[in-house]
Amino acid sequence: MATILRINMADRTYTLEDLPEKYKYLAGRGLTSTIVHDEVDPLCHPLGPNNKLILSPGIVTGTSAPTSARISVGAKSPLTGGIKEANSGSGFPPSLAKMGIRAIIVEGQPEEKDEFWMVYLTWDGEAGRPKVEFLPADKYVGKNLYKVFPKLLKRFGQVNIAGIGVAGENLYNNSGVVFDDIQGRPSRYAGRGGLGAVMGSKGLKFIVLDAKGAPGVELANKELFNQGRKKLTEALMQHDITKPKGALNSYGTAVLINILNEAGGLPTRNFSSGRFEGAAKIAGEAVFEGNKERLGKELYNHACSPGCIIQCSNTWYNPDGTELVSCQEYESIWAFGANCGIDSLDATGELIRLCNAYGLDTIEMGTTMAVAMESGLLEFGDADTAIALMREVGKGTPVGRILGAGTATTAKVLGVTRAPVVKGQAMPAYEPRAVKGIGMVYATSTMGADHTSGYTICPEILGVSGKVDQFDRDKAALARGFLEATAFIDSSGHCLFIAFAILDIASGFEGVVEECNGVLGTNWTMDDVGRIGKEVLAKERAFNLAAGMSNKDDRMPEFMKIETLPPHNVTWDIPDETLDAVFGG
Amino acid sequence: MITVHAKLFATLRQYRPGLSIGEAFPVELPDGATVGDLVRQLGLPEDQVKLVFVNALFRGLDHPLADGDEVGIFPPVGGG
Repeated sequence: MATILRINMADRTYTLEDLPEKYKYLAGRGLTSTIVHDEVDPLCHPLGPNNKLILSPGIVTGTSAPTSARISVGAKSPLTGGIKEANSGSGFPPSLAKMGIRAIIVEGQPEEKDEFWMVYLTWDGEAGRPKVEFLPADKYVGKNLYKVFPKLLKRFGQVNIAGIGVAGENLYNNSGVVFDDIQGRPSRYAGRGGLGAVMGSKGLKFIVLDAKGAPGVELANKELFNQGRKKLTEALMQHDITKPKGALNSYGTAVLINILNEAGGLPTRNFSSGRFEGAAKIAGEAVFEGNKERLGKELYNHACSPGCIIQCSNTWYNPDGTELVSCQEYESIWAFGANCGIDSLDATGELIRLCNAYGLDTIEMGTTMAVAMESGLLEFGDADTAIALMREVGKGTPVGRILGAGTATTAKVLGVTRAPVVKGQAMPAYEPRAVKGIGMVYATSTMGADHTSGYTICPEILGVSGKVDQFDRDKAALARGFLEATAFIDSSGHCLFIAFAILDIASGFEGVVEECNGVLGTNWTMDDVGRIGKEVLAKERAFNLAAGMSNKDDRMPEFMKIETLPPHNVTWDIPDETLDAVFGG
Repeated sequence: MITVHAKLFATLRQYRPGLSIGEAFPVELPDGATVGDLVRQLGLPEDQVKLVFVNALFRGLDHPLADGDEVGIFPPVGGG
């Protein structure tokens, strides 16, 4: 029987509740967004006692389904003021699922300010249920997560960790929830939307999870599950993008730097150009070549979490062969690289490492730094000052706190009108003026500007699931389809990157649906994918509406309508009616 | 004859070893040559050519090239 673990941080108590019938088929984003919708007052302060932090592994997480070690984290976002789901891969999600816990709900707030606690979650074999202890965590506060994670692993043994860094402790709107990677690094993030601050506002520093002895995930139909798992595995092993030594395994996600640059859609110097002259130096190919030179051998990428076939996570090494950071992803390299005019992987690596050390979202931090550069606080391309400013963020100095408040707030404080945000959340690494469909997703997503809520880049740039013209303006249906399918994948427990394979290989997509049926005992068909996604989005939109948002928030920043973007010299020219048609038409 | 400036990325770089990442090299082609002609002249396996950008615009194999065109050629890639 699946359970919900409800933790009250006001008095450090907990209850284990049977999963309500109405949540029987929900997990991952579907469940976090439903609980936020059902239990959180949309008008509450995101950092007050009435917000709740929800963590839920996906439907197939904890099983042998490939590339499925994902967890969704949800709450009302302090960054956007709306609903938020951010997800991450880690060993934490399968461990949680194996305990039969479908969701953790963290609620309440301690009266004592500046006290931090850990939840130590273990499996009580005798009682046959999870057990929670509350332990003081004050000695880990204010510290670099790269120092703290090894201490926790030494103290508790083979555990998984969910937690926050100084960014979450200081209630920065830019603060993520961090999870351990496969080697125990503090490097896998449910990064976006300030969820670390929600956790911090509850005085919760870590959830330390030891799943030893836990029974594992029950399968309603093992045969069907295995059939689905096989189909998906075959699709992932076969597709050029996801197969071993394919594009993602060889070059990592940053293989996209050159392609977006060629397409004129790589946001550069705070979204003032679609091309960066230093792109080749920070591309995935440069990561591969640079490591080869420094290590004297070819290095392929590794899994961020157990059971992943795609294995896209890289490590960047210093000239002396020691590790600088894992992982330099496309978004992170872009945010601190092209978008800040910095063309050095050593510099982007150090900036990313500091984000991991402090508990920050790399996208939001890089776009914030670019806004600071535009304001004249530092020059574009000045990596040394950027690193110095990052340390201010880590120390919590006044300038550090401003930068930690995110791109929109920093732009207001520094008087920068070119603020690339929707609903207060900064845009990721695709220029919407040059790639119209992803711009429609940024505008209409319930999450604020977020490429992972509808990755239309597949057909618009990559030629996955066919090829459409990146400048075509009639994409309301395309955006809607991707938004819905993604809400389903985010609920399934699979990494979104399975989409590269299953959009091209239909049997792979069938396999995902069969896996879900095999776990839940449902009879879903491919038609249910859109329905389920639609239902998740409807709850998220209802929450945002009740929180005070409207279709007027589904809009792009004004500067994109006024300023033309080189090299294509295009503006944001999608009519508001087309944006409204994404959900209304 | 026309001269175009080609760039090979990711796994296609092995077909012109010794160039730095993103480095363009000149290729002479007969007048009226297409992207497909360029791909064949460079000896690239067609099933590994997924995306071609000519002067920053996505183009198919039948697209006619002009003197001075910049052509970026990619295998299947993905990320995010």
